[in-house]
Amino acid sequence: MAAIEGTGMNADGLRRDGFLERMKLFGLCSPAILLVLVILVIPAGWLAYVSFLGADGQFSMENYSRMISRKSYMRIFITTFEVSFMTTGICVLIGYPLAYFLSQLPARIANICMITVLLPFWTSLLVRTYAWLVLLQKKGLVNTFAIELGLWDEPIKIVHNMTGTLIGMVHIMLPFLVLPLYASMKAVNRDYMKAASNLGANPVSAFWTIFFPLSTPGLFAGMLIVFVLCLGFYVTPAVLGGGKVIMVSMKIASNIELFVNWGAASALGVVLLVLTIGALWLTSRFVRLEQIVGGGH
Amino acid sequence: MTKPSEALPITIRNVTKTYGKVFALNDVSLDVRSGEFLTLLGPSGSGKTTLLMVLAGFTRPDCGSLKFGDDEVIRKPPHLRDVGMVFQNYALFPHMTVAGNVGYPLRLRRVPKAEAAERIERALETVQLGGYGSRRIDQLSGGQKQRVALARAIVFEPRILLMDEPLSALDKKLRDRMQIELRHLHDKIGMTTVYVTHDQREALTMSDRIAVINHGRVMQLDDPVGIYEKPANRFVADFIGESTFLPVTRDGGNLLYAGQVLNISGDVPDASSLFLSLRPERIRIVDQSASESMNTFQATVQYVVYQGDSFLLYAKLPDGIEVGLRGVVRGNTVAQLPAEGDTVTLGVHADDTVVISGEEV
Repeated sequence: MAAIEGTGMNADGLRRDGFLERMKLFGLCSPAILLVLVILVIPAGWLAYVSFLGADGQFSMENYSRMISRKSYMRIFITTFEVSFMTTGICVLIGYPLAYFLSQLPARIANICMITVLLPFWTSLLVRTYAWLVLLQKKGLVNTFAIELGLWDEPIKIVHNMTGTLIGMVHIMLPFLVLPLYASMKAVNRDYMKAASNLGANPVSAFWTIFFPLSTPGLFAGMLIVFVLCLGFYVTPAVLGGGKVIMVSMKIASNIELFVNWGAASALGVVLLVLTIGALWLTSRFVRLEQIVGGGH
Repeated sequence: MTKPSEALPITIRNVTKTYGKVFALNDVSLDVRSGEFLTLLGPSGSGKTTLLMVLAGFTRPDCGSLKFGDDEVIRKPPHLRDVGMVFQNYALFPHMTVAGNVGYPLRLRRVPKAEAAERIERALETVQLGGYGSRRIDQLSGGQKQRVALARAIVFEPRILLMDEPLSALDKKLRDRMQIELRHLHDKIGMTTVYVTHDQREALTMSDRIAVINHGRVMQLDDPVGIYEKPANRFVADFIGESTFLPVTRDGGNLLYAGQVLNISGDVPDASSLFLSLRPERIRIVDQSASESMNTFQATVQYVVYQGDSFLLYAKLPDGIEVGLRGVVRGNTVAQLPAEGDTVTLGVHADDTVVISGEEV
């Protein structure tokens, strides 16, 4: 007969060991918990608090009511989402074929190609952005070459506007899409494609019915990362947008630098945070987030 | 389901596949009869899987001809070959249900929905999984996945079925049961079946005929009895079952081992190097005065292993070769087993005294 709980041999000692073990594990986690508390929860809480302070230092909703009453704010949010959506979309169009190509290469060659994809990661964001400025400006390399080749006659404006912003953003965001996508494509068992083909699927239908659905967790993960990063992006749109593409992050900066209005800047930050969480929540309605970030399957 | 009359023979002629300087397949010619269960048996790296992949169309050989019935298919891409295949790890699509998997080939063939549903259910019933259609793949056990893979491979009624070590991922008991089940299923639906395995017992259990493959060549093609009782060469004798090999010399019409004339009832191959192939279960411990149809050898017992249903005894012949002997345990066998160091007389009946060629051709 099994002993009734708590009365068998050494039951008390074993129970205490279990309790001590849990305590030890909790103790080991506590630095991490503390860190999250100090660098995330407290600043975010403080941000929210400041956003409710008016210009006179008193509690007020003016920072939020201003956002609703002034049309320019709405425009900024729309631009932010527009840039994020388009960057994500273009990244998918470029990144999916690229990741697919990489995933089909022999490991050794794929690794070398992967380094070329990752190389931008290891250089300064600012340097890359200014490099694009040099390439894309009126008398820059791209225009000079295109005119030499006769592609167009006059220098065209491809920087200091939406086009330039998107070119720079896509370049910087691409690895964030390709990496998770590549990982999930690599995880697709090659026998699945063989099986599909054996069962009568031509290469195109095998791709759309088997490979593509199985690569979607990586695709969604990449899209989500790119989109969320884009929402708060500052340097690239600031330099390549030439003041014509104003995103939330830039408005926050100008609120502080030009107007020294911490309340207004904080309110924008809070709204951006809420919208980002909203985007995550919306995504989670369609795909399981834990699948995207790699837990469970 | 397909009727046996619709099964197709497979004709393989001079198929060669090289990887660099290595021959994966070396001028293989093989006929698989219509409706037959043929097993490709060989060690890993022997070329058996390569041959199956050539049949399925996944590996492009360097040269050769492959016919399904009268159709030359060697240059046909896999999706036009219309052969069913069960993969080693099943290759069930994880984003589809059981019915989605089984119905996949029907969807590609634009079978109307109602008919497809009926055929899916019928295929699932054939593999004893009726009613499992809505299950997710990750909810299935290994044996069930195996059956779903089989249902998917037969649902579109291909006339040829290929199986690549389909039972290797199952535990032993289930594997034994599935062997019998697969064989019954084959008899019922009668497709020409080519089965790849490295498990000799599986091959002996299931096959009409076995092609033993090594170094990219067919070493022997015969029914299970022929493969086991009359191995064509030393490789086959060694790979199928256990064997001890004793070098044999020719002396006129006689064959000698260690100066002793052998009593042989079967044929002797015409080869320069000959071996006596001894199966452990065909050797007995006999009295000195054994019958004349026996070949007897004196040997010293090295050690004895008790294995429950049987015992295994290793004894050393005077020339130092160790011979294994297997016996059934019943009654007082255990008490009567010889001890280490005892001298025993090993007897092999003339019918079991098989002389084989030492050349691997």
